[in-house]
Amino acid sequence: MVEQALKVEQQESLPDVGGHFGIFGGRFVSETLMPALEELDEAWRHYLKDPDFLAEMDRDLAHFVGRPSPLYLAENLTREVGGARIVLKREDLNHTGAHKINNTVGQGLLARAMGKRRVIAETGAGQHGVASATIAARLGMDCVVYMGAEDVRRQSVNVFRMKLLGAKVVAVESGSRTLKDALNEAMRDWVTNVDDTFYILGTVAGPHPYPAMVRDFNAVVGREARAQMLTEYGRLPDALVACVGGGSNAIGLFHPFIDDTEVAMYGVEAAGRGLSGHEHAASLCAGRVGVLHGSRTYLLDDDSGQIRHTHSISAGLDYPGVGPEHAWLKDCGRAQYVGISDSEAMEAFHALTRREGIMPALESAHAIAYGLKLAAELSRDKIVLINLSGRGDKDINTVAELEGIEF
Amino acid sequence: MNRIDQRFADLKAAARVALVPYVTAGHPQPDATVAILHAAVAAGADLVELGMPFSDVMADGPVIQNAHERALAQGTGLEQVLDMVRDFRREDSDTPIILMGYANPIERRGAGRFAREAAEAGVDGLLIVDCPADEADELQGLLKAQGIHQIFLVAPTTTEHRLNHAARLAGGFVYYVSIKGVTGAASLDVESLAPMIKRVRARINLPVAVGFGIREPAQAAAVSATADAVVIGSALVDRLDGCSSVEEAVATVRDFLAPVREAMDNSAPVSIEDTARVT
Repeated sequence: MVEQALKVEQQESLPDVGGHFGIFGGRFVSETLMPALEELDEAWRHYLKDPDFLAEMDRDLAHFVGRPSPLYLAENLTREVGGARIVLKREDLNHTGAHKINNTVGQGLLARAMGKRRVIAETGAGQHGVASATIAARLGMDCVVYMGAEDVRRQSVNVFRMKLLGAKVVAVESGSRTLKDALNEAMRDWVTNVDDTFYILGTVAGPHPYPAMVRDFNAVVGREARAQMLTEYGRLPDALVACVGGGSNAIGLFHPFIDDTEVAMYGVEAAGRGLSGHEHAASLCAGRVGVLHGSRTYLLDDDSGQIRHTHSISAGLDYPGVGPEHAWLKDCGRAQYVGISDSEAMEAFHALTRREGIMPALESAHAIAYGLKLAAELSRDKIVLINLSGRGDKDINTVAELEGIEF
Repeated sequence: MNRIDQRFADLKAAARVALVPYVTAGHPQPDATVAILHAAVAAGADLVELGMPFSDVMADGPVIQNAHERALAQGTGLEQVLDMVRDFRREDSDTPIILMGYANPIERRGAGRFAREAAEAGVDGLLIVDCPADEADELQGLLKAQGIHQIFLVAPTTTEHRLNHAARLAGGFVYYVSIKGVTGAASLDVESLAPMIKRVRARINLPVAVGFGIREPAQAAAVSATADAVVIGSALVDRLDGCSSVEEAVATVRDFLAPVREAMDNSAPVSIEDTARVT
């Protein structure tokens, strides 16, 4: 526990006290939200050094979430690709089926510690909404989840799961009716109900302290993976691969490896129907620096600064911004960001399902697709570690629709 | 002298509280905006706030969000907003104009370029909703060089150290957000205003405008008793939303603002100094 607290302390070197990662991050929000963010910042800093809080979080991560999640050597795909060994970090095996629960357990406990009775969340694919509704059910809190109306349609199974868990799901009809609009709506709720409400933001975007706090709650993924690599393979991997929408699973994996400069890092964005047009969600690959949802970061906008509608087959990656720490990792060259198209992701979805018996979330399928490409270019003595951030059950309707199958 | 400072000095001398309507540029239709501004002034507005349309208006409620979406759908971006200001200035060289919006469109245009263009067009103040004092140093320098005031929001929850920070950068007036929530979300609690305004005045030596949650003449009149300016946004924008012609929009502005002005003028006429002392 002491070790974990120390680790967190080291991580506090970035961002700075105002939440800046170099020129990125910060707190670009209305004054009405600033005190709430300051209160949250203070609570987060306090409880991440509180042994009782950390012990409870560790207990929940072990017994409620099912951590540690295993590393899995994908032997069949490794053989087929004929290059580097492909190792998967099995976040899909977590309770609720994705890495998102790591963060919601942390924020849920923090909400309770701060005396908040009501939690709200935004969700894209629905994974974060389900994870938030789950922790709210366990902690006996009211939960409202904002979800773009388009995503409600795409992810009807997760909507039903949230309702079963007792959450109220609000379909957001404004703007592009996807994740960014859900985030706007959640912020509006928070600013109105700030006294009793805790906003469980689901990714490493948004105003400070969210990017750093969500990172810290997800860094358990990278800490485990690093230790497991050393124990099981006697070495660190040569490359990390993770999909990036807002970027929480990627930061969670990357962060504990940042000082291991021999480990390459690849963030995989949704290239949708191609990076040449606008039907993608690749803010780091094809965007520019601006201000969205409370932080300065790379984003996708038009020439008059209006945020663009994005596209991806994967609702969880369908977001026009990205966490500011990724923007910083890109600019300082520590991580590289690449795009994987809808069709490449679909191919990888099928490959992992058929060859390994593991059905990945469409988000994670982007990471698998790039991981396979990368492994093919590397020699057999190398190891590529891919974050399998979520399972694909929630996506079977989307996959069926894409392939013209009716149930 | 910046028009905002001039206007508040004149108002103070006349013991008059400022009426500041907010409209979204390009809403309900782009060719109505300049006419709406002139109609507002004719109906008794002392300053006007013009919203710069943005796709993701996080701090605004459904009424203003809808106005922004409609304005954008009709092609009103930053460039068009500046054109409207230029157009307005042809006939009105005195009424201060405050542009209100979000950071990204300005960032995209380049803050320095925007500050020059805005000053040239005749803009007097800028309120960037998602740019609190913490992030405002650079922009503030650029605006100051062009003689544009940066207006800051303060809220019931704003701490003393944040008030001090805003005091260092703020110009023109301070915009006091009278409720917790987004624009147009709830009605204002007039009772709670006086002590809060007193707190703001103790830290910031600028006129205090009160907005968010003022929808009726009676509320505006009540707020006039303590504030230096009354901002009305959502209630006006909501009425404009139903207008289908420039004439209708102009009539709507006049019919809505004139009773507000009248109620404000008929409320106990105290000077700003008196108000400050009483509170």
